[in-house]
Amino acid sequence: MQSTDSKMKRLVGPTIATLVPVIAFALAIHVYSNELLLTYMAIYVALAQGVNIMYGFTGYLPFGYFGFFGIGAYVSGLVMLDYNFPPVVAVVIGGLGGALVGAILLPLFRLRGAYFAIGTLAASEAIYTIVANPSLQSITNGPYGLNLANYYSSGMAYGSAIGLVAISIIAVSYVRGSRFGLTLKAIRDDPYSASMAGVNVPRQRFYAWLISAAIAGMAGSIFGWATSVFYPQAVFDSSLSVLAIVFALFGGIGSVWGPTIGAILLYSVYNAIGISNPQYFQLIYGVVIVLLVLFAPRGLLGFWNFIAQTLRSKRKKND
Amino acid sequence: MLEIKQMTSGYGPMQVLWDLDLKVNPNEVQVVLGANGAGKSTLLKVIVGILPLWSGLLELEGHDIAHMSVTARVKRGIGYMSEKGIFPELTVEENLRLGGLSKQKSETREQIDSVYQRFPELKERRGYVAGGLSGGQRKLVGIGRSLISQPKILLMDEPSSGLSPRYVSEVIERLAELRGQMTLVIAEQNISFLKIADTVSVIEGGRTRFEGTVADFTNDDNLKTAFFGIE
Repeated sequence: MQSTDSKMKRLVGPTIATLVPVIAFALAIHVYSNELLLTYMAIYVALAQGVNIMYGFTGYLPFGYFGFFGIGAYVSGLVMLDYNFPPVVAVVIGGLGGALVGAILLPLFRLRGAYFAIGTLAASEAIYTIVANPSLQSITNGPYGLNLANYYSSGMAYGSAIGLVAISIIAVSYVRGSRFGLTLKAIRDDPYSASMAGVNVPRQRFYAWLISAAIAGMAGSIFGWATSVFYPQAVFDSSLSVLAIVFALFGGIGSVWGPTIGAILLYSVYNAIGISNPQYFQLIYGVVIVLLVLFAPRGLLGFWNFIAQTLRSKRKKND
Repeated sequence: MLEIKQMTSGYGPMQVLWDLDLKVNPNEVQVVLGANGAGKSTLLKVIVGILPLWSGLLELEGHDIAHMSVTARVKRGIGYMSEKGIFPELTVEENLRLGGLSKQKSETREQIDSVYQRFPELKERRGYVAGGLSGGQRKLVGIGRSLISQPKILLMDEPSSGLSPRYVSEVIERLAELRGQMTLVIAEQNISFLKIADTVSVIEGGRTRFEGTVADFTNDDNLKTAFFGIE
């Protein structure tokens, strides 16, 4: 009975962390009518959570994360166009496509630190070059992109994006609370000692990589579906990785709430000023990153925890 | 329990161990003494499987373990505490949980509780990040984590490393509590650990210079002079 109670207690946090953003997105459409913008915001929340699984829990920075996003957009778009798959099924297949490419890029784990980050970037650029190659026009439509106008359904795409937000947060919650997540954190801390503690480092890292790649693949699929017409450079855009990483870092990696908060806040700022005055947005972004590095290296959530801990110890001293 | 004969190994092309011999009996505490660079850490890393055995014999309870993976050796009963000993970014509780990866969750819980009983100061700090603890407490976390996997033989790489003399005494006291309950191999350059040892091996330049009881070692004036400069 006691263990059932403690299990229930452990589920409360993740359930709230999943339901709050899902309900907020579901209600937001009644307050703010720009459905496409909300869809993109939900996609960024999922991407930031995907980065969180990889970087927040294993310490490997996937700078080329956009490659999985682009592959997802293309795989789902092509199965819709060529095989007439329903869009929601195509989104799942897009996720599998992302995971498959993740598996193919597994040798990148021979690299560490900045070399890994640059390696993933180079691999994603290579995938972009292949997909956008005019000689592959019969398969990928080359540089002319895909037109999914026949499948356009903004409401369904938005619903799927909300679903993906839920999936990504549940995935992070699972990782954070499980033995699997514990082994990932050990790998992040010290892969060498982790293997000595009996952690199968390559296998655990591979699983995290696959989950992260699948989330990006599904995010790309929904992006392509919601946008309906896209070119290779729109889905294989390195700024997607940069934004997802900054959003995750800004909120606080390694946590469940952090990337969600970071993505919603910064993407709102991006839309408020980034589109009309991109130069100011770049400036604000730069300042945010500098402040983050200087004063809150663990993100907003880490900063909040630090303040709360300081106040608690002060109160204890006074008592 | 553990038998090593004519072990050679090293890092890349650099040979560190040269026909090294070592024998550890069950429930014995053996201190492997040696100066910096003598090959103590390399020896432990070869036993646990982090470094490959180039040639020679490596047996645990009569079974050849030389070609087993690290995980397989841990499952066979080898526990290892590195010089660092802990995952500094993880909490005390998370560090301890890592010791029970190959066990059922309920069994791990029981083991963690028994570590808390043995080291009550860790229980009080279960939610603290291990890197923020004192040097002595950090070592206790490392020892506790190693104990949770209930190893038949626990290899410890310089448990006194980075500790002030006060904490070294504390660690020795705690290790003394384990005497007779398990086999311990402690690689050290601090001779204080001889207090809890049954046998001693001295390694120099990757070769075994001495193997015997603590009494044999302390009575060997030549060895003491050569190794410690004690006249």
